[in-house]
Amino acid sequence: MAAPGSLFLGTMQSIGIVHPQSRHFEQPLPLRSGATLASYTLVYETYGMLNADASNAVLVCHALNASHHVAGRYDDDQGSAGWWDNLVGPGKPLDTDRFFVIGVNNLGSCFGSTGPMHANPATGQPYGADFPVVTVEDWVDAQARLIDALGIGQLAAVIGGSLGGMQALAWTLRHPQRVRHCIAVASAPNLSAQNIAFNEVARRAIITDPDFHGGHFYNHGVVPARGLRVARMIGHITYLSDDSMEAKFGRELRNGGLGYTTQDIEFQIESYLRHQGDKFSEYFDANTYLLITRALDYFDPASAHGGDLSAAFAPARGNHFLIVSFSTDWRFAPARSREIVKALVDNRIAVSYAEIDAPHGHDAFLLDDPRYHGLLRAYFERLA
Amino acid sequence: MSERRELELLAELVPPGSRVLDLGCGTGELLAHLIAQRGCSGYGIEIADANVLQCVQRGVDVIQLNLEEGLALFDDFSFDVVLQLDTLQHLRNTERMLRETARVGRIGIVSFPNFAHWPNRVSVSRGRMPVTKTLPYQWYDTPNIRVGTFADFELLARRNGLHILDAFGLHNGAPVRRWPNLRASVAVFKFERGVAASV
Repeated sequence: MAAPGSLFLGTMQSIGIVHPQSRHFEQPLPLRSGATLASYTLVYETYGMLNADASNAVLVCHALNASHHVAGRYDDDQGSAGWWDNLVGPGKPLDTDRFFVIGVNNLGSCFGSTGPMHANPATGQPYGADFPVVTVEDWVDAQARLIDALGIGQLAAVIGGSLGGMQALAWTLRHPQRVRHCIAVASAPNLSAQNIAFNEVARRAIITDPDFHGGHFYNHGVVPARGLRVARMIGHITYLSDDSMEAKFGRELRNGGLGYTTQDIEFQIESYLRHQGDKFSEYFDANTYLLITRALDYFDPASAHGGDLSAAFAPARGNHFLIVSFSTDWRFAPARSREIVKALVDNRIAVSYAEIDAPHGHDAFLLDDPRYHGLLRAYFERLA
Repeated sequence: MSERRELELLAELVPPGSRVLDLGCGTGELLAHLIAQRGCSGYGIEIADANVLQCVQRGVDVIQLNLEEGLALFDDFSFDVVLQLDTLQHLRNTERMLRETARVGRIGIVSFPNFAHWPNRVSVSRGRMPVTKTLPYQWYDTPNIRVGTFADFELLARRNGLHILDAFGLHNGAPVRRWPNLRASVAVFKFERGVAASV
């Protein structure tokens, strides 16, 4: 990341201080499961100005542990930069001087939009485990209602990485007339068995934590922090490449020599993972983790077409795509992105595809590799 | 200007309105020309990051792939024209890519440096590998891992059951139709998959 490009990006302005907004929806949202969310609130942020004909809106979809806070910071807290602040801002690749950028927190999340810690109107108690199972498609439908409410008929683009990329793809399948460009980074047309397996280990860690209480831990005044920590640790391993972990930690010992202990930290990688787990368990909700990993598991647009991904993408014939993958991403490997590209090509859909040779694994989509950001900048500059 | 003229000569081989796949499309210059001037559509295939970026900057759809891995992304006859211009000489799997070109496109157009161009012959007859405008590299640093001639390609095309629709040479931006194997620095072939060929 010490390339000259990142120095250049680092000197660019941040959007500055931002404020989340929220909008309440009374119109029931039918979910894919057959259940209905009677009413709900979406928390969102916007950056830049919507132009007169509302044609410059770009929706940013978040992945597993992120939120509507895409760019800028809160008050004067320097540590509160948005999760894609290196991409979104004045003069940045997704330039808020040109585009009206929207970040929205998804249903079931723990960052403000209606989620399992909020009161179930039917009982007055927190939803907990009773929060309905939501899917990528449900999220996209809710996002579309927010776009309606903001007076935007058609998005210039929808962009997301990882699970956010799945939402971007789902936009073109469910609401193809309401979006022109789709940018899906480090994404996949569905999860592999290995991906689902990792999610299941994380879920079991949470569910078997004695403090989980079947998902109704809010009433017990506890948090299944141990489960969340382990869930985050396993997740984090899959976001890094073998090489980047080796380069960062190798076999480095925390105390210089072996302590001959089976339970204390010996290797720096252990210390790092525990730290990540601790941090995560302090801000993330256990039920949200279960819901979001399930949404990942369920995403599979080809399944409604007998497994034919090309048939699934037929509605997106009028859309324009940019698909990006990273060479060392083994969680959502380049081959998975190529499956998406093939489905688009089969439909003669306009698509560009770049495979960025970056060492950082899945997490590369959040970093400011100059080739990656240069490409996004070029794409957004051309974007009419 | 001869490069621009060559580009235009090659573009004229592509029927207007064609769906085009340009293998090794570089910065997307030809594809942009075909889209703007001949109403074509399609994709470029490119491996180099800098070229991919330039294609996106131009607004040409580009797919970053290593051609050595084949064209599994593309169905049979899914393009009207597949271009393989100034690309063949960089490929290890030249024959396979030729078959893939003929599989994916109704028409294939190939161009490559003609090693039998007379100055090259003179150079080799003097005991030295040629260094020319078309082959500007020393033997030890050339990215061209295949050197072939106009006449060689005719044989390879026949061997693979390709039906040659047109073949000529290029030199300094002008077509060479008389003795191209001797007089042209670049060989150009336009072909289709032969009826009897099993590709």
